Amino acid sequence: MSFLSAEEKGLVNGLWGKVNVDEVGGEALGRLLVVYPWTQRFFQSFGDLSSADAIMGNSKVKAHGKKVLNSFSDGLKNIDDLKGAFAKLSELHCDKLHVDPENFRLLGNVLVCVLAHHFGHEFNPQVQAAFQKVVAGVANALAHKYH
Amino acid sequence: MVLSAADKSNVKACWGKIGSHAGDYGTEALERTFCCFPTTKTYFPHFDLSHGSAQVKAHGQKVADALTQAVAHIDDLPNALSALSDLHAYKLRVDPVNFKLLSHCLLVTLACHHPAEFTPAVHASLDKFFSAVSTVLTSKYR
Repeated sequence: MSFLSAEEKGLVNGLWGKVNVDEVGGEALGRLLVVYPWTQRFFQSFGDLSSADAIMGNSKVKAHGKKVLNSFSDGLKNIDDLKGAFAKLSELHCDKLHVDPENFRLLGNVLVCVLAHHFGHEFNPQVQAAFQKVVAGVANALAHKYH
Repeated sequence: MVLSAADKSNVKACWGKIGSHAGDYGTEALERTFCCFPTTKTYFPHFDLSHGSAQVKAHGQKVADALTQAVAHIDDLPNALSALSDLHAYKLRVDPVNFKLLSHCLLVTLACHHPAEFTPAVHASLDKFFSAVSTVLTSKYR
């Protein structure tokens, strides 16, 4: 049994093909830090996070957002085995980074908002539903190795 | 969690821009909620939930009107939403988790239709506003 139906895979890949992963990564991470300021706790070394403008323009935020979303994008290539694809990263986030998995859910939903912002009407309810499944799957996969 | 003066100003400005589309957006947000989070449909067994349903449209308008009222009385949400708070606590008893789901879909709807307005700061203010409304609506649950 597949994680996404063939139709859902089509919707996801169809939209993802048009995404500028580097830019969207920076945008999503930036908005996470603006909308949910407590998430800044993981980024004390990133410099100026004092305002929405400072956060969105911060080069470390953009670089890290790019890294995170490229990893997410790689995961999409293994959509039927997200737990396998993210096993190592899951261990890292638990053992070294000590990130509460709730943060993955928050970032996933911010990513959905960013996609809606970029794609407008094209990001219709069916496309959104497919992406909600993907971000939930990735969040669960990243939480899977926690102990 | 408190709405700052800037948050209130952002919400009023954004909601003002929406104008007469509020009903459409309320409807779209509901449709997105039912589509993305099928468990939410359990509260509407008596509705036709197909695309274009008149019942969903009417309900979307109702939700939008309530939010418009909330924006107009943003300085005193508990008072403004008191009757709705009673309704949700004693009659509807919608599990609190669902308010987050609808709030998220409201954000997505606004992002789709008003990209220029949906800046990071406005996104944050709207999220806080929907959260504040949700808190009031669930405040008498127990």
